[in-house]
Parts: sequence; structure tokens; C-alpha cells
Amino acid sequence: MARYKTKGLDCWNKAKELRDRYYKDYKESHDRGGLRWEGGAWSFDAIPQALEGEVHGLSEEPYGASIGHIPELQVRYQEAAEGKWGCARDLCSYMRAYWGSVALNEYAFGGAWPHADFIFQNQICCCHSKWLQVADEIGGGTTPYFCFDVGAGPYDKIGDRQIDYVVGQLYDGIEFIEKVTNRKVIDEKLIQNVYNTYRSNCYWAKTCELNQAIPAPLDEKTMFSLYVLGTLEKSNQAIADFYEKELYPEVKDRVADKIAAVADEQCRVLGDSQPPWGFLRIYRYLEQYGIVSMANLYTFSLIGWMMVDKKGDIVPCPTLEEQGITIKDRDHALRLLAEGELKGKLMWAPFYGATYKNDLVTKIAKQWRCDAAIIHLNRGCEGTAQHQMQLKIALQGMGIPVMTFEGNMADEREFDEGRVMRLIELFVTETLGLKKVA
Amino acid sequence: MIVAGIDVGGKNAHVVILKDGNIVAQGAAATGIQKAEAAERLYKETLHKAGLKQDNVGRVVATGSAGKRVAFADGVIADAAADARGVNRLFPSARTVIDVGAEEGRAIKVSPEGKVLDFAINEKCAAGTGTFVEAMARALEITVEEMATLSLKSNNSIPMNAQCAVFGESEVVSLIHQNVEKQDIAKAVHDAIAGRIASVARIVGLEKDVVVIGGMARNAGFIHSLKKEIGMDIIVPDDPDFIGALGAAEAAAAGVLERKVEAKS
Repeated sequence: MARYKTKGLDCWNKAKELRDRYYKDYKESHDRGGLRWEGGAWSFDAIPQALEGEVHGLSEEPYGASIGHIPELQVRYQEAAEGKWGCARDLCSYMRAYWGSVALNEYAFGGAWPHADFIFQNQICCCHSKWLQVADEIGGGTTPYFCFDVGAGPYDKIGDRQIDYVVGQLYDGIEFIEKVTNRKVIDEKLIQNVYNTYRSNCYWAKTCELNQAIPAPLDEKTMFSLYVLGTLEKSNQAIADFYEKELYPEVKDRVADKIAAVADEQCRVLGDSQPPWGFLRIYRYLEQYGIVSMANLYTFSLIGWMMVDKKGDIVPCPTLEEQGITIKDRDHALRLLAEGELKGKLMWAPFYGATYKNDLVTKIAKQWRCDAAIIHLNRGCEGTAQHQMQLKIALQGMGIPVMTFEGNMADEREFDEGRVMRLIELFVTETLGLKKVA
Repeated sequence: MIVAGIDVGGKNAHVVILKDGNIVAQGAAATGIQKAEAAERLYKETLHKAGLKQDNVGRVVATGSAGKRVAFADGVIADAAADARGVNRLFPSARTVIDVGAEEGRAIKVSPEGKVLDFAINEKCAAGTGTFVEAMARALEITVEEMATLSLKSNNSIPMNAQCAVFGESEVVSLIHQNVEKQDIAKAVHDAIAGRIASVARIVGLEKDVVVIGGMARNAGFIHSLKKEIGMDIIVPDDPDFIGALGAAEAAAAGVLERKVEAKS
């Protein structure tokens, strides 16, 4: 008999529906007189989404991940990009998949590639800042392109000067998109979008915090399909409502009722970096041994805003409503937006050194009560793969068994499934000493 | 009780038969592409050599990269687990096992009980494996055995790329064209592989005693280079390429059947 009760999420279909609507809206936006823009998961979408009229964005990384999830499509797109540019395989594999999609004039969700009216992007790694510029060259490179820098420092070094630096660029960005679209940024929309951004990011962080419970109410494979909404359009009212009013309360209830993601949970695993999207079945395989992969700096803080409190623990950031903050005007909104991202997005910190990654991930391992770690040495993302072997040493120093496997988030040619399964079996049966529960 | 361990690797298969814990027979053969058939043939030959029949064998455990293909096995264990068990039987003091076979080089940190505590494997790269040495020997137009002997005569150090077997071969050809002595090139190849394997071993941490197994452990030139590279003594068992099969046989004797055989051909 299973150790815990388990069941699927009631809000699962709503999450799917929101995602489907996002990609459909982007495609159909022009038909309805709306604007289209391209950006990334970290693009401060609250700003372009505040333009007057109907506006829809396309977020590059989740689009690349969607391609990565379909092995046949990913290889065709990768090869199309390589055929056009001869790009090296160590470039971001989301980016290469995206480029291939554009080069083939195919939208993965049906029809021809829907060109954007403008690009609004930011710079945290080198691929992010060049990605859409190169993609746009296929169409002649005429799409207006604004890129701002968020490399202002790690979360614990953010003060007024760093916030001013980003806010100054955001003002430039507003001026730019107003000029190229001939539409105004509406302050009421901007302010609402910032409230929504806080709600999306903070409630996702609160949801992740609930995974400290034993049994874990969510497994990572499920979380991948949930955090994606925030990477698409965190400023969206429906998405913010989903995180605050549907997902969080439901997961809270699961904790109270001891409803587990994995009914036979006996081993809690920490992950790192993005998964190999075409091979998520490895997570289901782990479940046969009662293993639940349930914590990951990337999964938590790709969108979740978290902070390190006075005790040194990682805790969710509060929403603006919880802080009793009422946004007064555009400047206030932009400052809060920049502050939230710069201070709350902990996963930007590893870009400033291994010490940050080790510190944050070892805290997660401790607070989320992880028994072991399985680290995906992700050849498709140099940013998130930084410091992984140093992290292995840090985790082992805490007494946590760690295995690593090589792969690629969106290029199946870099993933040897048979070999990885051999390694996982070895780790699970020998190092962890687990037996199949079913 | 009679039990058998079968290790089916990238190029060769090895069989060890134990009777009441003692080795009564062992055999090795190249497998080619038809690994399952070759392994079965070798198993029957080894039993025949020992005057045994299949019915006499109480349990068979397979291991190795093609271990799952051994349809007549009662169970399969992971290759690193077999290595750890095999080494632990012979050298209970071993804490680091380095296994360099035809297609893979791996380092295993083992507990006093022979449990795998940590492991690291060279990923998707022929450099740092037996196949790399074979390719370099071909380029030098000598046998692998000659390469081992020759390299021990060299006192020169020539830096060489062992990150890629293809580029490594080009580099050997360049050295030949520069009239570098074969013995120096042979040593350069072994030094390069040793550097590569040592870096894999450092991932798990090198701790005494260090035991090197796998086909490459028979190569004295490589062992010499590896000792120098890691700055530690190395133990090489008498039959280093049989250790995986021995560990599988030990697992069979202990009744360890971690997973069922999945494929028949």
C-alpha cells in the first residue's frame, strides 16, 4: 500500500489553457489589430504589455523549451539553424531551436512564423542580448530592437544606485517602444501589471516554499508546467490570479491533507539547471524508487522572487499588497519592478560567482530537506550550468550524495538516454541503496 | 553453490565462475556486434572448460554496457557496482577504483564494504579509453603491447591533446612526420590518457588504496604514466579485466538481482 495519498492538480487544465491561449494570442494578435513583441522570460513584460490597445508577447526561452520537448522538432530546428549560420553546438540550445523555427518560417504552434513589431529584451547572459537580433536578420533585421542591461549585481549588493541604473534604461525603453509603435504606455496598465508581476512571482515562490513539506506536494516535472506561465507573461492578470487564487491555495490544501506528488516518497532529490526537455520520463522512472525531485534553484527562482532573511533562510518575497504598498505613479512602478527583479531573482546571483550558487543551493538542500542531488550538466545553457561541479563538492560536503549526468535541455543529440539511465540506476540502487517500491 | 558473473563491455566479454566463493573458471572473448550471442558462446565455453553444465549454475548475474542483453542471466547489476564488489573482494582496503575499458573510463569511490559512494565517468569521448590507445597504435603501426613496452623506454615528455581521439591521431601523425621517436610518442599518448583519467578520478577524490582495473590496466606504460600523474601508488590485480565479471559473480553469490534482463537479442 502506498505511503501517502496522491492525485493530480485540480488547476492543471487551467494552467494548460493559459499556456495555449498565450501562444494563440501571439499568433492571432495582428488579426485583431494588436501588437506583437518578442522578448524573454526575464524581459520585464509589464512595460510592453502596458502599451495601449491589444498587445501580445512571445517569450523566447519557453518557446525554445516547447521545441525541446518534441525530439523530432528540436533536431529539425537545430539543424536548420546550423545549416543557415553554422552555429556552434555550445550556443544556447533554446536559441538555436528558436532560430531554426524562424529560419524554416514555422511557428511550433501552427502556421508561418509570426513576426514581431518590436523586440524588448534584457541582458543577463550574452545569448539573451543577441538572440533576437540574429533571429530578426532573417527578415532583413528591420524589427526595432531595445535591449537593457540588468547586470547590476547580485541580490545582496542592490541599492539605490543599481536600481537607478536599471530604471533609467526602462525610461529609455518606454520612449523607444512608444516611438516605434506610435502607441502610448498607459500608466494605469503599467501599475496594474507591476502588481500582477509581484503576485505571480511571489505566489510562485510561496508555492515552492510549500514543497518543504513531507511529503512534497509537487514534483519538479509538474512544476515545469506551472512555472512556465510566469516565464510567458507574469504581468498578466489571469496568470497572476492563477498563481495566487488557484495554484497556491490548492497546494496549501495538499500539504494540509498530506497529498503527495509521489505516493511512495522515500527520497527527496534536488535538481539543478533546466531538464533535458525531450526526456522528462527520467523523472517518472525515479518515482518507481519512491524518489521525488522537488527542489531546484532554477525551478524556484526562474520566476519566483525570494530573499535571504535575517536568519539566513531563503523565504518568499511578500507581494506589494502584503507590504501595504500602493503604487503612486510611473516612477514608483518602475522602481518597484526593478527592485523586485534585482533583489528577488536569486538565480541571477550565480552569474556573479560560485559562492552565491553554493550558498543558495546548500540552503535549499537544507530547508527543503533533500536526501540526494541529481545534477544535469546542461550543455545547452552555459549560464545555468555555471559552477555545477563546485556545487557538487559543496553538497557532498553536507553529506548529500550527488550524481551528475551530461545532457542538453533542447538538443537531444547531446543526450545519451541509455547511458544516463545506467548512471541513474547505479546511483539509485548502489549509492542511495533504494529498491523499487512498485 | 556455483554462480556466474558475465561482463559484456564495449569490445570484450568476460566470464567468471565461482564455486563456494572460489574462482573455478574464467574466460574472455571479443564480442563484435552480436554481443548477446558472443556472451552466451563464451559462457558455455567457460563452463565446458570447468567441466560444468548450465544446469549446475545456480545463478547468473550480468554487468557491463551490454549486460542487459544477456538474456539467460537472472539479473543485471550496474558496471560500477560490479567493479566495486570485485575490487572489494580482492582488496578490501581499496577506496578508489579506476576502470579503463575499451569505451569508457570511470572512477569509483568505494566504501570499506564495497559500496559505490560516488562515481565519475568520461562522457561521450573515446579519449581516455582503450579504443584511443588502439587508434594511436595503429597510427604508429605497432601493436598495443609494443606500445606499452616502448613507452617505458622513453624519458621525454611531449604534451599531447587527449581531449579528442580524432585530433589525437592527427597529432600522432604530425609527431611521426617530425621524426619524433616512436617510444616518445607512445609515452606521450599514455601521459595524455593518464591526465584525462586522473581528472575524472579527481572528481570523486583520490584516496588510498587506488586500484586500476579494466583492459588498460594491462598496459604497463599507461600505469606508469598514471602513477606519475596522480602521485600515488597503484594496485593492479592479476587479471584486471576480469574484475567486473568477478563482481557480478559476487553479486550472484550474494543473491543480488537488482533488475531483470530486458532484451533477448
